[in-house]
Amino acid sequence: MIQNLLFDLFSFILLGSAAMVVTSRNPVHAVLFLILAFINAAALFLLAGAEFLAMVLVIVYVGAVAVLFLFAVMMLDVNFAVLREGFQRYAPIGALVALILFVELALFVTGSAIAPGAAAARLFPTPDNITNSQALGSLIYTNYLVLFQLSGIILLVAMIGAIVLTHRDRKRAKRQNLDIQHARLPSETLTMVSAKLGAGAAMPQPEKETL
Amino acid sequence: MLIPLSHYLFVAGLLLVIGVFGIFMNRKNIIIIMMSIELILLAANINFIAFSGALHDMVGQVFTMFVLTVAAAESAIGLAILVIYFRNRGSIEVEDVTLMKG
Repeated sequence: MIQNLLFDLFSFILLGSAAMVVTSRNPVHAVLFLILAFINAAALFLLAGAEFLAMVLVIVYVGAVAVLFLFAVMMLDVNFAVLREGFQRYAPIGALVALILFVELALFVTGSAIAPGAAAARLFPTPDNITNSQALGSLIYTNYLVLFQLSGIILLVAMIGAIVLTHRDRKRAKRQNLDIQHARLPSETLTMVSAKLGAGAAMPQPEKETL
Repeated sequence: MLIPLSHYLFVAGLLLVIGVFGIFMNRKNIIIIMMSIELILLAANINFIAFSGALHDMVGQVFTMFVLTVAAAESAIGLAILVIYFRNRGSIEVEDVTLMKG
């Protein structure tokens, strides 16, 4: 009973915030609504019994992907009012396509049922005596080890690709050159000046900048 | 699972439809389009999780993890491309991306 109420609440907030993501005027607000949508989806995952993936969704999406979007929105100096032109123009065709898609999905869902032999066709039934994280971990690190490593490689490639794409060599930036610094000799930089008593020392001007 | 499967499917279907609608509505703003793609992938994940819970099969959750990985990689690469495109052209309008049209 309470699960049904919670499901209704979370799914209502999820769908409302998803609608706000696609219709909000300010992209920063859209990103913040996206975070709200992900948190509510994580709650729906919890209700379905996938605790580990709910936490992963919060960590990966709210902690990484949404912040990445926030960075991109705030870094780019874009006139977002210009980007909203045509919002009304595309609304009817968008609504039509969305309606057709939803009707098709509803027809498909209502017209289909789970086959009687589905239970026998399960690959790895959910164990009852261990937690969700343990079950998922034992499955990932044994049967799906290669796929798991491959997904890690996908993330590595994405990381390298993003760095290579966005890295630019700044020509004018002043950098530390350790070789020059290490090759400095005391005779090049230090000068002994004999100062008279009470007169102070006149500093000889360096001939050139040797940094 | 205490929640019926059809409720999850209804919510996920609505979420997918909202994502598709968002792509249509924000034809120019590629950031919102990428957020809509994230919503569509989230709808797919909700379906996987719901079927995994209803059928008591762990493979749905394993697959959801791979979908999450690919979605994170996709958004990282997409935003990187967006940043260098903006750096070169000073605009992120989708309709300006016509360099490869010939």
